[in-house]
Amino acid sequence: MDYEVVIGLEVHVELKTKAKIFCSCSTAFGGEPNSHVCPFCLGLPGALPVLNKKAVELATRAALALGCTVHKTSTFHRKNYFYPDLPAAYQISQYDKPLATGGKITLSNGKTIGITRVHMEAEAGKSLHQGDDILAAEYSLEDFNRSGIGLIEIVSEPDIRSPEEAKEYLEQLKAILQYAEVSDCKMEEGSLRCDANISLRKRGSKELGTKTELKNLNSFRAVERALEYEVQRQSEVLKSGGEVVQETRTWDEARGITSPMRSKEEAEDYRYFPEPDLMPLELEEGWIEEIRSQLPELPRDRALRFQEEYGLNEYDSGLMVSTKEMADFYEATVKLFPEPKEVANWLMVEVQRLLRSSEQEIQESKLLPENLAQLLKLVKDGTISGSVAKTVLEESFATGEEPKKIVEAKGLSQISDEGQLREIVASVVEANPKSVADYKTGKGKALGFLVGQVMKQTRGMANPQLTNKILKEYLEQQ
Amino acid sequence: MELYRKPAHELSKLLAKKEISARELTGQVLEQIELKDKELGAFITVTAEKALETAREVDEKRAKGEELPLLAGIPLALKDNICTKGLRTTCASKMLENYQPPYSATVVEKLSQLPLVGKTNLDEFAMGASTETSFFKPTRNPWDRERVAGGSSGGSAAAVAAGEAVVALGTDTGGSIRQPAAFCGVVGLKPTYGRVSRYGAVAFASSMDQIGPITRSVEDAALMLQEIAGEDPRDAASSREPVADYTSGLKQGVAGMKIGIPKEYLALDLDPSVRQRFDEACKALEDAGASCIEVSLPHTEYAAAVYYIVACGEASSNLARFDGVRFGYRAPDSPDTTTMYSNTRGEGFGFEVKKRILLGTFALSSGQYDLYYSKAQKVRRLVADDFKNAFTKCDCLLAPTTTMLPFKIGEIESLSGQYELDLCTIPANLAGLPALSVPVGLSQGLPVGVQLVGKHFDEETILKVGWALEQCFGPMEVK
Repeated sequence: MDYEVVIGLEVHVELKTKAKIFCSCSTAFGGEPNSHVCPFCLGLPGALPVLNKKAVELATRAALALGCTVHKTSTFHRKNYFYPDLPAAYQISQYDKPLATGGKITLSNGKTIGITRVHMEAEAGKSLHQGDDILAAEYSLEDFNRSGIGLIEIVSEPDIRSPEEAKEYLEQLKAILQYAEVSDCKMEEGSLRCDANISLRKRGSKELGTKTELKNLNSFRAVERALEYEVQRQSEVLKSGGEVVQETRTWDEARGITSPMRSKEEAEDYRYFPEPDLMPLELEEGWIEEIRSQLPELPRDRALRFQEEYGLNEYDSGLMVSTKEMADFYEATVKLFPEPKEVANWLMVEVQRLLRSSEQEIQESKLLPENLAQLLKLVKDGTISGSVAKTVLEESFATGEEPKKIVEAKGLSQISDEGQLREIVASVVEANPKSVADYKTGKGKALGFLVGQVMKQTRGMANPQLTNKILKEYLEQQ
Repeated sequence: MELYRKPAHELSKLLAKKEISARELTGQVLEQIELKDKELGAFITVTAEKALETAREVDEKRAKGEELPLLAGIPLALKDNICTKGLRTTCASKMLENYQPPYSATVVEKLSQLPLVGKTNLDEFAMGASTETSFFKPTRNPWDRERVAGGSSGGSAAAVAAGEAVVALGTDTGGSIRQPAAFCGVVGLKPTYGRVSRYGAVAFASSMDQIGPITRSVEDAALMLQEIAGEDPRDAASSREPVADYTSGLKQGVAGMKIGIPKEYLALDLDPSVRQRFDEACKALEDAGASCIEVSLPHTEYAAAVYYIVACGEASSNLARFDGVRFGYRAPDSPDTTTMYSNTRGEGFGFEVKKRILLGTFALSSGQYDLYYSKAQKVRRLVADDFKNAFTKCDCLLAPTTTMLPFKIGEIESLSGQYELDLCTIPANLAGLPALSVPVGLSQGLPVGVQLVGKHFDEETILKVGWALEQCFGPMEVK
């Protein structure tokens, strides 16, 4: 039996506002526990919510960047449930009249994934269980610094057909939200979180199969792996004639499996009702259009422009726009050193390697576009060789120093002086009569060996083309 | 001079002229509390020292010639569901027996120049109409101590009636200011929803809760409203509508005004003595030059059902925060969080509160929402439309505040019995309209009140008519 995979994602993203969504407390990450709190975000009796306009602006920007229709009127609802980190025992969210509906994300294969809705809501606090896990904990501590930070929830249509597509959808979503400067989207700090709904159905069938909801997905890789596991598990259940149980399952990163958390019967009744403390949110058409006009160029458009303007291929342009900062860095460098493919290659290979090993983002490193451009110029005009350039890059990356100065200070300039090179070649040839003999008998490898010896003597600074030329001439004369 | 017997508007003049001091006045009021409150039970917490300190500060400022609000130095009582920084705010519940809020309600800040003599008793979390559901004690009616003071702002009404405060604040969700005001022979004003900030009033039913004054005269109510009305950036439901001058037109009289008498209210099962007083009030207004015309509010019969579904629904959510995690009562020795929740809420809330939480939880639950909460909201709109239609024919409405005289403590126990107590007051809350209860004399030695309901943000008209009624029936004596 052949099954089709049907996946829908629910992504929560923290809005990058200075103040929380319904009070003026700071949203800064990592403060002393319960230091960014007030009567409202502690759920104290009598305190009331006041909607942060900046949060509405960011949420609107996100919705527009995702191609959604932003509604002139939306309303807030209370989602009621008891949990120690939910101070008022209800979350203010949006329900039947969300901020925005009907957007889409286009994947690199050209397929579009529909976005059902984007709505605003408030974060809960954080429980710190004092023990190995929640069940073994003797007691739990509550930190309400996070409580009341503005969130948007982005719900996709069940248009995703594979774990790989899910991962790409998330990458694109993250890039769009970062471009729109809506959120930091840091999964490790919890500013982006994802739950996945997945079901299987017979290929060709229009009906949806029974789904499971996956939680505790702490990285894009985890989303992909958990979905892969779940595809496997559900198809085995179906193939053996069983039925998938509708339930919420949690991903165990260490064991690489999902396991049941709660069944449909245990699902909570959230008793949604309109939030009486907040008036309906009314947005003016003109204001929405103003926000739209302020949207930056989004990653997909930028990638297409890079292909056209710089002649990059699909893959390279995709990598260059993966974050706004990378794309900005790329363009700044190309402006100073107008060889777009060369710049892209250096960024994708050497710079990427340094970023990975230092666990940094391009904007966090000390590398500057003007320094990368300068480095590439030095290679181009023959001042340094490609291999020396890698060393210089490492240093400039670590210190922010100009490549020129590094080259000068360390005497890394290429030896392009013919007279000087001839002397070195002469001494190498003299010291290696066997290789010279090999060369004469037509063994091509010998030339390479002799060039290597010149490089060794010059610590890699001999101009390779010139060395080759002189060496050949020298050998012919012998 | 028995200063505690005088209304605030007279006292404020005496204070301004420095004929009396705030300290002297506050001292007298505290003395009344000392004398009477053991029996009356109007207060949960008496703050004598704090009151005297504020009074002294006000006197000093006045001596220095500093500009003071009109009511500076007038002794004030606050219903104990209005948050006061560092001063326990119990909501008459075991749940908050020792709860000290870290902030004060907006109205408390606005009235900071009024010596606060104490926090008054109420039905637990303002749920009730007799102040009998208080965790601490019932409040007795100063006119007959065997009878209830009404509720839920029974403590505030009794305190003002007994001279234990000159003015007080209550909250009104379904009649909780007006009904006890009527029972205790004082004036009670529920302003338009959104006229007074709710910030810091412990929420019962957020879409109807409104803070308002309980006073000994209509003029005092106008002065108090002047102090507390206005937009508050901390309450999104508070209105930007400009605040009127409530005293300038107060004494203009009612000549030429049209007063609507909703026939559906008169069809209720009214106590004959209430009906008699009501008819006299109509006649008094006609004698003063107004014309009373019959109007119809056809959806009145559904108001109570709608009210209990909406109010309990909102309450079930508002009161969910009392979970023992961050403040208030926590049941001891719970093996896990769920048990801690159950025990805390089971032990911390009284019977009436639990009943309403259960009712509200049911009305909001999936499968029931459309049948109850959603339907109630639709009918609520019809109730509001009734008023809109009526106001095309008249300037304000006159109705009984209650159907009955104050009843004996323990007399009305059955659930439906108590729920009938708010029939006359609930519709104004559903529609968000301002309503004023004014005493119209005694019957069998017990006070009777009538109620004026005005258009949105037209407190001026009902105050004006209320003042005219007061001229006919005279202010009540302090008991």
